[in-house]
Amino acid sequence: MSANPWGDTSQTDTASDPWGGGSEDGLDYLADRSNEVEQSFDIIRPFDVDGGIIPLDNMVDSAIDAAVPVLRPFFQVVAKPIDWVLNLFETALVSTPAILVILILSGLAWWLSTRKIGIGTLIGLVIVGLIGAWDQAMTTIALVITSLFFCVIIGLPIGIWLSRSDRAVSVVRPILDAMQTTPAFVYLIPIVMLFSPGKVAGVVVTIIFAVPPVIRLTNLGIRQVPEDLIEAARAFGTSPRQLLLKVQLPLALPTIMAGVNQTLMLGLSMVVIASMIAVPGLGLMVLQGIGRNDIGIATVGGLGIVVLAIVLDRITQHIGSNGR
Amino acid sequence: MKVKLSVQNVFKVFGKSPKKALPLIEQGKSKDEIFAETGMTVGVKDASFDIHEGEIFVIMGLSGSGKSTMVRMLNRLIEPTAGKVLLDDVDIAQMSEEDLRQVRLHKMSMVFQSFALMPHLTVRQNVCFGLDLAGDTPVEERNKRAESALDRVGLLANVDSYPDELSGGMQQRVGLARALCTNPDVLLMDEAFSALDPLIRTEMQDELLRLQAEDKRTIVFISHDLDEAVRIGDRIAIMQDGVVVQVGTPDDIINNPVNDYVRSFFRGVDVSSVLSAKDIAQRKQSTLIRKDSDLGIGSSLQLLRDNDREFGYVVNASNKFLGVVSVDSLRASKANGTGLDAALLEDDMRINADTPIGDLIGQVAQAPFSPPVVAEDGKYLGIVSKSIVLEALDRQTGEES
Repeated sequence: MSANPWGDTSQTDTASDPWGGGSEDGLDYLADRSNEVEQSFDIIRPFDVDGGIIPLDNMVDSAIDAAVPVLRPFFQVVAKPIDWVLNLFETALVSTPAILVILILSGLAWWLSTRKIGIGTLIGLVIVGLIGAWDQAMTTIALVITSLFFCVIIGLPIGIWLSRSDRAVSVVRPILDAMQTTPAFVYLIPIVMLFSPGKVAGVVVTIIFAVPPVIRLTNLGIRQVPEDLIEAARAFGTSPRQLLLKVQLPLALPTIMAGVNQTLMLGLSMVVIASMIAVPGLGLMVLQGIGRNDIGIATVGGLGIVVLAIVLDRITQHIGSNGR
Repeated sequence: MKVKLSVQNVFKVFGKSPKKALPLIEQGKSKDEIFAETGMTVGVKDASFDIHEGEIFVIMGLSGSGKSTMVRMLNRLIEPTAGKVLLDDVDIAQMSEEDLRQVRLHKMSMVFQSFALMPHLTVRQNVCFGLDLAGDTPVEERNKRAESALDRVGLLANVDSYPDELSGGMQQRVGLARALCTNPDVLLMDEAFSALDPLIRTEMQDELLRLQAEDKRTIVFISHDLDEAVRIGDRIAIMQDGVVVQVGTPDDIINNPVNDYVRSFFRGVDVSSVLSAKDIAQRKQSTLIRKDSDLGIGSSLQLLRDNDREFGYVVNASNKFLGVVSVDSLRASKANGTGLDAALLEDDMRINADTPIGDLIGQVAQAPFSPPVVAEDGKYLGIVSKSIVLEALDRQTGEES
């Protein structure tokens, strides 16, 4: 069973199913169900019905089976811009000589924050290179930055929208809760069905998990702008657009940057899970290490992730706290 | 005087369907009854007053009296439920959003109790804020105007500071400069100095009066402090529970308060600086000698003797004050055979009509007779006796209870 990690997740035999071929024999608990004697309703244990009174699992299965062929073309189109941005970052990071990349990134860190963080970035990246995880680290950075890019593009407008409508908040908040708490494994498979395995699916999975903080904190940041400043701005004749751009967003910036920081961290934490759907990078090193019982390579991948996390965290945190 | 801003029958009801509360108000129901019945709060009830061009108009009231709501309806930060707010005969309450924005950009600006400076902008950028929004002045011109506004409030040295680096008084100077920078016709000041400590507050009031002497702008000033209102206000409107109960000059209001609420503002107010000699002067016909009538020296003496008085006050037919005579001076003049003019005392101790009570206490206490009060044009207004002064000073405590 463990030889093929994908084999037993499929419960259908559809020919189009990329995971098809999973053997029914392995699914003992499913086989048992059909042999069960029909039970009469018992008021003491009302929920003790096999498969549940509402067969949610079967419903979801058939819904996805029906939806995937229809939606797949659409999501293939959605994948295009993601693929494009991802390739841009990755090509830039991987094809540039490592020394140059290190200097550019450290310089950027220095420019965006402080000299101390710039030097820290330099040391961190050199360590990543020395332990032999350079190429993987660049792939991972490209993936994380791409996810961040789309998280901000999606999250900022939604956050602004939420800050203006309490009704929107009551609708969107449960969705955000679900996005953050649903185990990634649950939506990993449908995403792969829609996008095909690979980096784009990895970015999409990461976006789903990592976008809520940007949305939440953009909303929070704008709502926290003191009422008297809004009033003053209106008294001087701001249009709604000027109010947003000249007062609300600048004043919410530290909070929004905290959201960006959180999103980045969550994105990095998805790297290992994303590697399960054939996304290369540091996550794959960790996954391989676990699969082969190779603590060494897992440690190299893990250390690489930690170093990237610390570097990216310090830079974004500084940008957030620096703004007036 | 030209009316700049006219408030006509303005109502404000806070709640879900404010219009529904209006008939109830017309039925004469009180604020509390309407709240119990509909859950809506009456903020301002049937307010009407005119604000003249170039005056400082103070709206005064305790917290919850609706004064802050009132001032926000002038620039429609709060929408009036009913009524008109006419700025130069144009109704602000009915304006389109865009017109309203133009009014706020060019004609009205506001200073806030909490300063409300943008923390992410420098002092210069804060002062430029209004001009930046309008966007119709070149950047250089904006900076020049911001600097001249800052210069006027004495903060030119701090142009590149951030607001959180300044003290409260300095921040409010920036607030004032920001409001002046757009050169508005009307300046709204919502308890602008209330958050400052007393010394700085007085300093800011002086500053405002100095600026006002140069600009002659129309200023609407909200305050809960009668001292402040009397000090800077040309006219005062007093609000109570959303109703404008009295509008008038400081003197009017202090001399003729319409009700106990208005009177209650006198608590702790230094009447001696507010009231002047003419406010308390008392006419005493008994000892008034009309020179042009047939009253000769003899009859004047008789008049004083009949009323058991030592001194008499001499006026001519048009009530112009001529001087003071005493029984002794009249007798001497009679003996010498000279006229009434010769009997006038050398020093008649006359008091100018506008002298504040505080300044005349000493004079009244030392004078052998009650000094006469004389207007600018020489008209006789009455006398101020020791007991009148004491009574006036006592009024602030006496009328409170």
